[in-house]
Amino acid sequence: MEMNAREIWTVVHGMVFGFIFLLGFSGALYAIYSMKTEWLTVEGMTKTINNIKVYLWALAISVWAAVFTGAWVVYPWYRATPPEGATDLSTFPKFLLLANESTAQWHEFGMEWKEHVAFLAPIAATVVAFAVSYYGPLLAKKVGERRAIMIFFIFAFVATAVAGMFGAFITKAAAVR
Amino acid sequence: MAKDMNDKVNGPVAAALLAGGIGSAAMGLITLIYELDDKSAFSKSMTWSKAVGGLSGKSMWAIIIFFVSWVVLHYVWKDKDTDFARISSIAIGLLVVGLLGTFPPIWHLLKGS
Repeated sequence: MEMNAREIWTVVHGMVFGFIFLLGFSGALYAIYSMKTEWLTVEGMTKTINNIKVYLWALAISVWAAVFTGAWVVYPWYRATPPEGATDLSTFPKFLLLANESTAQWHEFGMEWKEHVAFLAPIAATVVAFAVSYYGPLLAKKVGERRAIMIFFIFAFVATAVAGMFGAFITKAAAVR
Repeated sequence: MAKDMNDKVNGPVAAALLAGGIGSAAMGLITLIYELDDKSAFSKSMTWSKAVGGLSGKSMWAIIIFFVSWVVLHYVWKDKDTDFARISSIAIGLLVVGLLGTFPPIWHLLKGS
């Protein structure tokens, strides 16, 4: 069950930071959705809004951490160029995938999509956290604003889900070691 | 101005949403331009870190554009009520631009490959 430093960082990137956002998303989305004057008393809204703000900022910070550990820590190991004439590509995941026609698309489609779309997630999540923090309990009266915020949040989730899904598949096909 | 004592203007949230859309669209468009010709001077200028490659510049530019546009828009709209429906629609449209620009089949379609 030993893991080396690269494997640990890959886990931290995907299964800690990425997972926190993916698992926390549905609860946070429901919390925003349920901020309705007909569902909550004023006291209830005031009491829960601080929890929701902390929740959303924690998710936003988590997804920023996910993209930065991904791009600046794990990705360089993934894309490292093997020395000339190397036959064992197991520690060069990108080139391992590209060496075989049956796995090349994991990089050319999967990683290329994942590495770019992921950055939309922290941007959208930060906007959501800010908007909810700004309005606080008043968000219950703002139907249009709440809808726009939820759309942004769903975008953040879709971007994270794509990145997470391809991250998992690529790790299965060619893990960073 | 706020409608009543207990209300808040929508300017700051409109600013954040639009900035989010601008940042996302920037990521999409920068990525698309890069992928259409990864040997161009523009693409080469995206390598801020050799280890990370072009992704370093693409992502950092998108993040910088997001935060700078947020600061500017917030400054302009912080005490105002905006046409929120229109601005949020534009912001969501820009999110879609970001999504499309970062989707590899779009690059191949435009490259004709």
